[in-house]
Amino acid sequence: MLRYLGKRIVQAILIVLGITIVTFLLVNLVPADPARMVAGRNASADTVESIRQQLGLDQPLPVQYFAYLGNLVQGDLGRSYIQRIDVSELILARLPATLALLAGAIFFELLIGLPAGIVAAAKRGKFADKAIMVAAFSGVSAPQFVVGLLLLYVFAFELGWFPTRGFGGIWHLVLPALTLGVLGGGWYARMMRSSMVDVLRQDYIRTARAKGAGRTRVVMVHGVRNGILPIVAMIGLDIGIFMNGVVVVETVFGWPGIGQLAWQAIQRLDVPIIMGVTLVAAVGVVIGNLVADIVSPFVDPRIKIR
Amino acid sequence: MPALESTSVRDGWRRFSRNRAALFGLLVIVVTVVVALGADVLAPYDYQEQHFEGLTLEGAPLPPGVPFLIGTDTLGRDLLSRMMHGARTSLIIGVVANGIAVLLGALLGTLAGYVRGWLGTVIMRFTDLMMAFPVLILAIALAAIIGPSLWIVALVIAAVNWVQVARVVYTETTSLSEREFIEATRNLGASNARILFAHIIPHLIPTILVWATLGIATTVLLEATLSFLGIGVQPPMPSWGNIIQESVSYFTTAPWLVFIPGAAILLLALSFNLVGDALRDVLDPTQRGRT
Repeated sequence: MLRYLGKRIVQAILIVLGITIVTFLLVNLVPADPARMVAGRNASADTVESIRQQLGLDQPLPVQYFAYLGNLVQGDLGRSYIQRIDVSELILARLPATLALLAGAIFFELLIGLPAGIVAAAKRGKFADKAIMVAAFSGVSAPQFVVGLLLLYVFAFELGWFPTRGFGGIWHLVLPALTLGVLGGGWYARMMRSSMVDVLRQDYIRTARAKGAGRTRVVMVHGVRNGILPIVAMIGLDIGIFMNGVVVVETVFGWPGIGQLAWQAIQRLDVPIIMGVTLVAAVGVVIGNLVADIVSPFVDPRIKIR
Repeated sequence: MPALESTSVRDGWRRFSRNRAALFGLLVIVVTVVVALGADVLAPYDYQEQHFEGLTLEGAPLPPGVPFLIGTDTLGRDLLSRMMHGARTSLIIGVVANGIAVLLGALLGTLAGYVRGWLGTVIMRFTDLMMAFPVLILAIALAAIIGPSLWIVALVIAAVNWVQVARVVYTETTSLSEREFIEATRNLGASNARILFAHIIPHLIPTILVWATLGIATTVLLEATLSFLGIGVQPPMPSWGNIIQESVSYFTTAPWLVFIPGAAILLLALSFNLVGDALRDVLDPTQRGRT
């Protein structure tokens, strides 16, 4: 177990390292000159040149990369070109909003997906099953900005139940979290269904039925209890799915998280922020995958530890 | 998994056609293709013409009705005609971007699975890395950096979408190349090229077909998202995503401008997902992943 754990952690670190390399190479494709952006439009060529030296941008790429990595290890993500604030500070200020959004999204996807999957498995092959599966497919096929705008239109503008935009109490969180939850709910309905179908095929289910337990009782007690664990153990993987939606959803709802920060930075080519958010999001995904890898074998002994 | 033959095609179609959701998806795709190809003839108006009678006296867009069946946009242009030309954009990107992604993914996956060694390891570790990458942030950053255009959007999507295909094809190739018939062919003196092209690749085609179909759904969604953010397909070329982007600030007063294209995106992506899923059941009942 310890070896398995150690191996997974080393792999995770290597992936993060790889991501720093790719991000670094990527942003160096930027045709815009960062030194010029820092200096401002009216700066003289001399000023731009001295800023270039100050930022170390005149060094060869490998040197720049290792300098970047050295700072990274000390928790220094660089400074925003435009806002002149430490990127780590900007991200830390925005992170709680994104984490709240993710927590809300996980709540909604489980709320939508698990019951839908259970009902579909219990009614396997019947109309309810087919309807739920098409709905689940629609959930994963729906563009998130359209879902967000639709929820905004119906529940905020027409019905007035929720605030339209921005950040505040729990009521502000509902619609953006639900937007992400619709996508995740579709995945969960499908996974929960197939997990339940597996369980309901087992011998002990037939035994329980033979001993006179009602169908509903068998599904709810024996089926759900065994079918739900392997699914919930994989919640960590959701972070990867949500990180993509975060940019769009935060933009649509004016939610002040790291997705909005990234979007604002991309529009102004504020490279250190783009790199910082990409890295933080990737680390989140890697940690999520790691947690799922570690938790799953405990919960589901059929998954072999390699 | 059997290679495609005429009897298995007929048998497959029989099983596919029992799946009504997939038939519905196929119908939607066929209609979209016809509309996209014939947009110049089928569209009731020029998609760029700003009709004087296409706006109310106050200058607001018209809701669905006559003569503009699904309404007009904020410049008084016919929404239906714009949607029909937008279908063309969506399909071009769907086919081109996803085609490049599938080719690249299949090539790298086969290579890694067949050659293995250090090259295989490098390729597969790179896909691991790409899986952890926040794809949309990457795509947005790339599109913003290089500057938006139809072809750049297609390339960006391709750069992001090949990973999944590469992983599936890799797994398939490794298990194939350990099978007895490949071993037997090798013992008979067949060259690597012959084994690859005559024996391995034909067996990969069903898998690639499934992922190519599912991939178009992802591509359509990604294009719409990039265009919605204003870094995808640029006006005057209409795309379903940029029609929404142009009218999103009026969506409380002119909701049809957002929700009709939105529904079209959903329907097309859903259709490719339904067809891809049914294809997977038909072509390969053993393989069910998380898509």
